[in-house]
Amino acid sequence: MGRGLLLPHAKRLMLFPRPRGFSASAASTREPLHVCVVGSGPAGFYTAEKMLKAHEGVQVDIIDRLPTPFGLVRSGVAPDHPETKIVVNQFSRVAANARCSFFGNVTLGSDVSLAELRGTYDVVVLAYGAESDRSFGIPGENLRGIHSAREFVWWYNGHPDMHNLVPDLQNTDSAVVLGQGNVALDVARILLRCTTKLASTDIAGHALDALKSSTIRKVYLVGRRGPVQAACTAKELREILGLQNVHVCIKEGDLATSPADKEEMRNSRIKRRVHELLSKAATMHKEKNSNDQKELHFVFFRKPTRFLPSEGGSTVGAVELEKTLLKDDAVTGNQVAVGTGEFEDLKCGLVLKSIGYKSLPTEGLPFDNYKGVVPNLRGRVLSSESETTTVEAGLYVVGWLKRGPTGIVATNLHCAEETVASILEDDRNGVFMAPSDSRRQGRKGLLEILEQKNARYVPFDGWEKINSEEKIAGQLKNKPREKITTWDELLKAANGG
Amino acid sequence: MFSRIFQLGTRLLRETRAGGNLTSNSINSSYYQGQLSRHSAPAKSILFSTATSSHEGSEDKEKISVTFVNKDGSEQTISVPVGMSMLEAAHENDIELEGACEGSLACSTCHVIVMDVKHYNKLEDPTDEENDMLDLAFGLTETSRLGCQVIAKPELDGVRLALPAATRNFAVDGFVPKPH
Ligand SMILES: Cc1cc2nc3c(=O)[nH]c(=O)nc-3n(C[C@H](O)[C@H](O)[C@H](O)COP(=O)(O)OP(=O)(O)OC[C@H]3O[C@@H](n4cnc5c(N)ncnc54)[C@H](O)[C@@H]3O)c2cc1C
Ligand SMILES: NC(=O)c1ccc[n+]([C@@H]2O[C@H](COP(=O)([O-])OP(=O)(O)OC[C@H]3O[C@@H](n4cnc5c(N)ncnc54)[C@H](OP(=O)(O)O)[C@@H]3O)[C@@H](O)[C@H]2O)c1
Ligand code: FES
Repeated sequence: MGRGLLLPHAKRLMLFPRPRGFSASAASTREPLHVCVVGSGPAGFYTAEKMLKAHEGVQVDIIDRLPTPFGLVRSGVAPDHPETKIVVNQFSRVAANARCSFFGNVTLGSDVSLAELRGTYDVVVLAYGAESDRSFGIPGENLRGIHSAREFVWWYNGHPDMHNLVPDLQNTDSAVVLGQGNVALDVARILLRCTTKLASTDIAGHALDALKSSTIRKVYLVGRRGPVQAACTAKELREILGLQNVHVCIKEGDLATSPADKEEMRNSRIKRRVHELLSKAATMHKEKNSNDQKELHFVFFRKPTRFLPSEGGSTVGAVELEKTLLKDDAVTGNQVAVGTGEFEDLKCGLVLKSIGYKSLPTEGLPFDNYKGVVPNLRGRVLSSESETTTVEAGLYVVGWLKRGPTGIVATNLHCAEETVASILEDDRNGVFMAPSDSRRQGRKGLLEILEQKNARYVPFDGWEKINSEEKIAGQLKNKPREKITTWDELLKAANGG
Repeated sequence: MFSRIFQLGTRLLRETRAGGNLTSNSINSSYYQGQLSRHSAPAKSILFSTATSSHEGSEDKEKISVTFVNKDGSEQTISVPVGMSMLEAAHENDIELEGACEGSLACSTCHVIVMDVKHYNKLEDPTDEENDMLDLAFGLTETSRLGCQVIAKPELDGVRLALPAATRNFAVDGFVPKPH
């Protein structure tokens, strides 16, 4: 695995001469520090910004497998949350820095390997997020009509990999969303929100059309634990509870709190406020308003045990749910859901599994398959062989790939600060010294690799062409943009149409 | 659109009273214990131009003094026209306060800690929407606010605002911890 350093010995590096060190005296004469950031989501851009700011000798190249930058800010954040996307202004200013370049349409793993990147850059920071899903591993999970929330979100946000998803929204009046985190609330809201409201967002055209003819009237948000443990935040909850023409159903009995629940609420401001909102909604929505055309059901203390096909079909027709109770877990101290042996079926024609994203491994990268993250110490990648743990010199991780798939955009800012602090410390300690006959070439080396493989990258101004084409197309429809949603068209637009 | 959202954020949203009760810090700040590098100064020019121009025509040229305590403990005292948000003021003076959503109450990166309870109590209560974002603020304290929602007014003259830093543990003047 290339340049390994034994952890206990890391301190000894202090003794090395430091021809490329970051110290003020060496700064004027040093070679540039070549940094490659893999992934252009919030974690990648915040890392680039902090690195560029830290020192004038730093050059940062950001690669992304898509022709478009910004990661989940473009393909995750809901279309009806334009304020959250304003952060791309800041990221675009980073990309405009003369010492920063964007290489879109470049995939780590196929266009370029990790070993190649480590050979050409002093520092490689992996920020490629979480592009897979946790699964239940229960019978029937492959039936038609069952999708992960990630796929559904990519579809309505116009990610080119999900252009062909085409979820069937017309064979049923009921959808089940499994999980009660913010992503679950996002997908439920998109299914329930009046399409005239969605029409003025940057939602993908194909999704808007499908939602306009959707027959779904009831959405069930199913959580294996109770209202105190719901993973959503007050902001998203407040929004979905206030949707027009949607009747909210919450069983008041579910809102009762045990001493352990009370303790959890005492220790968490979010939990208190979420519980308070749910309690208010439960009383306010007691009577159904005749204007309400749709229903949102919060279903607590239920875990799915299998998916059942509809009559004679390969499409999902119901989810079998087992009632649960909360028990203290002796190891973690958390309250966990345990089955009671009582089952019920919930009929539906669409299931969205929203139980969390999962990162994918890359060849040559230490990976914790159980947690789905890269083992790291404050951002420094660690590899373990037999008994010893070593630091992979020059290799770092940030964002969802480092911490797991939780946290808001701002969380990645603090996460990037931590990783960047580790990089700067290692640089001061001379970790990035290369023998003088094998100086790393940075961008020049990357361009050679891409040329050898005949891989055509999309520079930032290619993205700007996509951006302006989308905005112009959007103007005609009164949308902030009409997203281009296929690979061919994206690449064509990047080349100037 | 930004200026519209901005005004929404600062004015219309004030119609509701705070729902949450600041009693304890639920944000786990121990995860990042490392030394944080300094924040970058966001380019200010385009960000707040619309909102800023709305102050220019105003008759009220009164200014107050505001001290920012940076992450490294250094202090900067600036004078801020009444009516301007602390986020705008910080950016006009190259103070390294983040503002990812440019004041539209959608990010929590503009989090500031009011350093004395006297001034904190002179602020209007945070709206539900501000509390919703404060829930997610990094290093939340009892006297935390969002910089984009704190608007300069004469009573705030002399206020001290700290940028949250993972490594610092300071006492807020006059703060008595509430019993649970
Ligand atoms: C559906 C959804 C909605 C959300 N809404 C909000 C919200 O409203 N507000 C909020 O604050 N937070 C929200 N979040 C959270 C926020 O989006 C994440 O915290 C953040 O995007 C994580 O940043 P990241 O950079 O680690 O990963 P990502 O944003 O996922 O970025 C990863 C990047 O890596 C690229 N990549 C992947 N594989 C490769 C490869 N092999 N080679 C090269 N590049 C690769 C991807 O194309 C992508 O651009 C939401 C998350 C989701 C899933
Ligand atoms: N507007 C916003 O700010 C916004 C919007 C979207 C996303 N985000 C952020 O993005 C992150 C990811 O969101 P997310 O919703 O994907 O993840 P999340 O918040 O971790 O929620 C995951 C949900 O899935 C449940 N779950 C996990 N495994 C399960 C299993 N085996 N069986 C049944 N249920 C299971 C969890 O319940 P348990 O608790 O019981 O495990 C939880 O309800 C979050 O940090 C979120 O805040 C933010
Ligand atoms: S700048 Fe985003 S909440 Fe204040």
